[in-house]
Amino acid sequence: MITKQISVFVENRPGRLAEVTEAIAKNGINIRALSIADTTHFGILRIIVENPNEVEKMLHDMGMTVSITSVLAVKLEDRPGSLAEVLKLLADENITIEYMYAFISKEGIKAAFVVMRIEEDLRAVKLLKDHGYEGPSIN
Amino acid sequence: MGEYFNQKIETASRDELSAIQSERLIKTVKRVYDNVKQYRDKMDAIGLKPEDIKSVSDLSKLPFTYKQDLRDTYPYGMFACDMDEVVRIHASSGTTGKQTVVGYTKNDIDMWAECVARAIVSAGGSKKDFIHVSYGYGLFTGGLGVHYGAEKLGAKVIPSGTGNTSRQLQIFKDFGSNILCSTPSYALYLGDSLAEHGLTKEDLKLKAGIFGAEPWTENMRKEIESRLGIKAYDIYGLSEVAGPGVSYDCEKQNGLHVNEDHFIAEIINPETGEVLPAGSAGELVFTCISKEALPLIRYRTKDITSLNYETCGCGRTFVRMNRVTGRSDDMLIIRGVNVFPSQVESVLLTINETAPHYVLIVDRINNLDTLEVQVEMNEKMFSDQVRGIEHVENEISRKLDSVLGISARVSLVEPNSIARSEGKAKRVIDKRKLV
Repeated sequence: MITKQISVFVENRPGRLAEVTEAIAKNGINIRALSIADTTHFGILRIIVENPNEVEKMLHDMGMTVSITSVLAVKLEDRPGSLAEVLKLLADENITIEYMYAFISKEGIKAAFVVMRIEEDLRAVKLLKDHGYEGPSIN
Repeated sequence: MGEYFNQKIETASRDELSAIQSERLIKTVKRVYDNVKQYRDKMDAIGLKPEDIKSVSDLSKLPFTYKQDLRDTYPYGMFACDMDEVVRIHASSGTTGKQTVVGYTKNDIDMWAECVARAIVSAGGSKKDFIHVSYGYGLFTGGLGVHYGAEKLGAKVIPSGTGNTSRQLQIFKDFGSNILCSTPSYALYLGDSLAEHGLTKEDLKLKAGIFGAEPWTENMRKEIESRLGIKAYDIYGLSEVAGPGVSYDCEKQNGLHVNEDHFIAEIINPETGEVLPAGSAGELVFTCISKEALPLIRYRTKDITSLNYETCGCGRTFVRMNRVTGRSDDMLIIRGVNVFPSQVESVLLTINETAPHYVLIVDRINNLDTLEVQVEMNEKMFSDQVRGIEHVENEISRKLDSVLGISARVSLVEPNSIARSEGKAKRVIDKRKLV
């Protein structure tokens, strides 16, 4: 359930995002999940890959500012309400979520996957597992 | 020829001026030798005694004073009088965190006020006028300097201060301001703001403006005169020497008259320290011969200009300094405030052990100076969360505001996006066209 995510600093300049993703693609890296947080001045590109340590080093050597963060990847049933349920579960236990985004599994299973950044990750993992939730193993 | 505040001295002969300067220089040298360790040490080091200074022609025997001397003796180490006699403290930017501190006795304030009064009269002002002071009031010498000068003249001072353009214009209209004292860029800004406030220059009683604290061009002068319907005059000064009023414009507008009964001007070669003849461009050096609290000897201003000793068409015999064409250091003047790139570096060092690469981008938009500080992002500053990065941005911004005294926009840019250079790093991109 705990997954490593790479964050990359992206300046708000036209074409910059295309440049960064092109550089990632050139090195044969497959992005499993992606999100971008944007502000007026800059963006943070967040990606989930299979070999985060190698990719982090590669991006760093290319001159980008990167870091690795632990996030939770949780498998949810692909039906209305499944997201609201898991969020309520966390809220009732006063576990706050910093951000989240969703992605699709390549196996084509009828499931949705949600990535969440949670400060109290260990407590959240225990809570979710106790309630039968699982995470995909990506890295 | 117009009026003078002090006709006798402003039109004195060169011989009379030399005599006054000699007498006052001798007194001042003795004063600083007896009371200021910094000067005693400098003079002893070259075997110079106060008695060796017999007239103003011995001036070049004396050692120079640098801004560093004031920093080394921060805050009051170079004061030449008893603290009991000091009635005012002012300060201006230093190259890094510390400010440059200056002090004045009652006589110093009075002398300085007279210098400004001369400037106001030279710009066509009189006690009948409402003098609108739109400089910052505080440690900066601009606001209070002009204020006391206008009061000395007996004019009606409106201590308007800076900011709140709507209010400034309302005061122009309702209070009947006659003479505007501010930075030239602010004057231009006010001029541009008239229309949106439903005003034209004919609605105002402004007749003249006295502008300083930053360099400005002939073009700007014409723009200001056209927008506000006034005659625009220049004024020059620096807090280390006194404040505004060290030199002032006249109706001929062909160089600023230095108040030579109080300040002796020299032009030197900044590399060698050699005194240069009249007309040569070089670094402007001032010696204060009337001040009691902080009379600096041969203070190196780092401003580049030239001197003209010919009698002016206005009748004044005071030497004229031409428009300052540049600095011999990397200091910038932004919105009338002195800014040193090294100040930015010192702030960045508090965020990181080694200062990240940065560049200052200075521009002028709608007649107001803007400052953007671009800082390269690095791993230490990076955070996975937006608010983490925003926190760093805000911290840098907050500290810069506090150290620089003006607000700067902080932009975090990608690593390696700021140009590197082999020699001295190009820390400033100044997009303004100032000369």
